[in-house]
Amino acid sequence: MKLNGTQIHLSKPIPLNIFLAQHGYLSERIAVEHNGQIVPKASYNNTTIADEDTLEIVSFVGGG
Amino acid sequence: MADITINGVHRHSSATTLRELSAQHPDCDVIIYNGYQTNDDYPLADGDKIVLLQKGDLPPENALETMLAARHSPGVYEKIHAGKVAIAGLGGLGSHIAVALTRLGVGELLLVDYDVVEPTNLNRQHYNLTHLGTYKTDALKEQLAQINPYVKVLAKTVHVNADNAYALFQDYPIVCEAFDNPAAKAMLVSALFERGRDIKIIAASGMAGYGSANDIVTVRKMGRLYVCGDGKTEAQPLCGLMAPRVQICAGHQAAMALRLLLGIEEV
Repeated sequence: MKLNGTQIHLSKPIPLNIFLAQHGYLSERIAVEHNGQIVPKASYNNTTIADEDTLEIVSFVGGG
Repeated sequence: MADITINGVHRHSSATTLRELSAQHPDCDVIIYNGYQTNDDYPLADGDKIVLLQKGDLPPENALETMLAARHSPGVYEKIHAGKVAIAGLGGLGSHIAVALTRLGVGELLLVDYDVVEPTNLNRQHYNLTHLGTYKTDALKEQLAQINPYVKVLAKTVHVNADNAYALFQDYPIVCEAFDNPAAKAMLVSALFERGRDIKIIAASGMAGYGSANDIVTVRKMGRLYVCGDGKTEAQPLCGLMAPRVQICAGHQAAMALRLLLGIEEV
């Protein structure tokens, strides 16, 4: 799977929210694009990602 | 003889050079030739845009827009003037982005914020003592009108959330995310990209403290998202937001908005 441009290996498909938790992402502070489509916040726990997918995750920190 | 524009008015000029034209207006000591202020001589050609001013005088209202336009290369101003940009959040980032885009002469701005100006804002936000207690929308709109009254400014004093975000910003092809709260930043990007096909967002992440100004960058993500900042320095106790880096980040955002208005998508 391509994650933010880097190739990683997903041994089996996994729900997006589990993947995010495993990699230390805070779901309320990120935007996620899965195979070129933005994933709505409400769909994080019913979107499955697999090894052939492309994922782009942008994290935000506070301040402005 | 040349068909030129002088202070926005088309003229058939008998002068064949810039100096000859300037001699016909002896009271004007500022000469702007196709966007550049100059004291040199040039042959006049059809289509030349000349602005003649007296230094220190307030230009008449109908010539003001032409004179602002004269500061840019011909063609550039027209694209800026046709542009529409929304700014979500009017704090340290948003207020400065709005001022920069107004000075550019962007055609239309939408300003959105729910909050009022407070004393602690003044360490970095583009407001002053006369604005304390005023809605940021009102305070900023008043300031922008004093900078370039030809910029159309719409302001909405509302709290942006996932339910109203798309409706608020759907008519603006470029949206500058200038919130303080990281969850609000994430929410705006998700909400607008979920429904907006052609919307581009210029967001900000990481500009607190007094780290190196050189760490503030603009990166492109997802094809249509630009993130300005250092990506990591969060505003928190013992590491607050400070004017220089906040302004640099706002400058990055305004610079990217300008590039997008001119059709340039690369950072």
